[in-house]
Amino acid sequence: MIKVCTEDFDLGLLTNELRQKSPQSGAIVNFVGLVRDINHGQSVSKLFLEHYPAMTEKVLTDICSRAKARFSVDHIDVIHRVGELDLNSQIVYVGVSAMHRGDAFNCCEYVMDYLKSEAPFWKKESQHGQQVWLDANPTDVAAKARWEQ
Amino acid sequence: MITLLFFGRLRELLDCQRLPLEITSAVDVASLRQQLADKGPHWQEFLSLQHALVAVNQTMAQEQTMINDGDEVAFFPPVTGG
Repeated sequence: MIKVCTEDFDLGLLTNELRQKSPQSGAIVNFVGLVRDINHGQSVSKLFLEHYPAMTEKVLTDICSRAKARFSVDHIDVIHRVGELDLNSQIVYVGVSAMHRGDAFNCCEYVMDYLKSEAPFWKKESQHGQQVWLDANPTDVAAKARWEQ
Repeated sequence: MITLLFFGRLRELLDCQRLPLEITSAVDVASLRQQLADKGPHWQEFLSLQHALVAVNQTMAQEQTMINDGDEVAFFPPVTGG
């Protein structure tokens, strides 16, 4: 399941759905990304997320296909929110079910690392009343590179 | 006719989200960048390679990627989702 939406999600419900459609799985790994109150030393009061609708799901689907080819997993679910998000809000969810935990952990990290560097989303933060577009983080590029060695 | 789209910081700086553009024959991405740069100083600065990635028909493209009539070409800053 891949979804881009403005609405919040319920981690408990998502985990149950993933569990129920994965009877052969022995492990589920979930990742949730949040809006934090400080970024690069600046206090943040709100986040706006823009995306390229026609391309976003295509890229996420492609990342999940590559992840499924690389790791032995049963299902990968991805939800990414867009629009205005308050502090502490959930931004992104990646849930992976697999027979064994190693593949589930690795696959979840792989999907997040590629999502951060390939999926067409852009964050704009409210910092002290100023609206600031975020720059790409070099550590995200490094995180992706480790899967390409 | 091709459709140009701009996202994020680039959309704001150029004050443009969507721009239809006539092309007389297929062009590559590098030539299109040059053509857009001629529109003014903002366009010159912000459509440079460092500031704007490009996707043709929703797939990441290179400078030599050819653009044909009917294509959708999107320019955007490095992505920051997740």
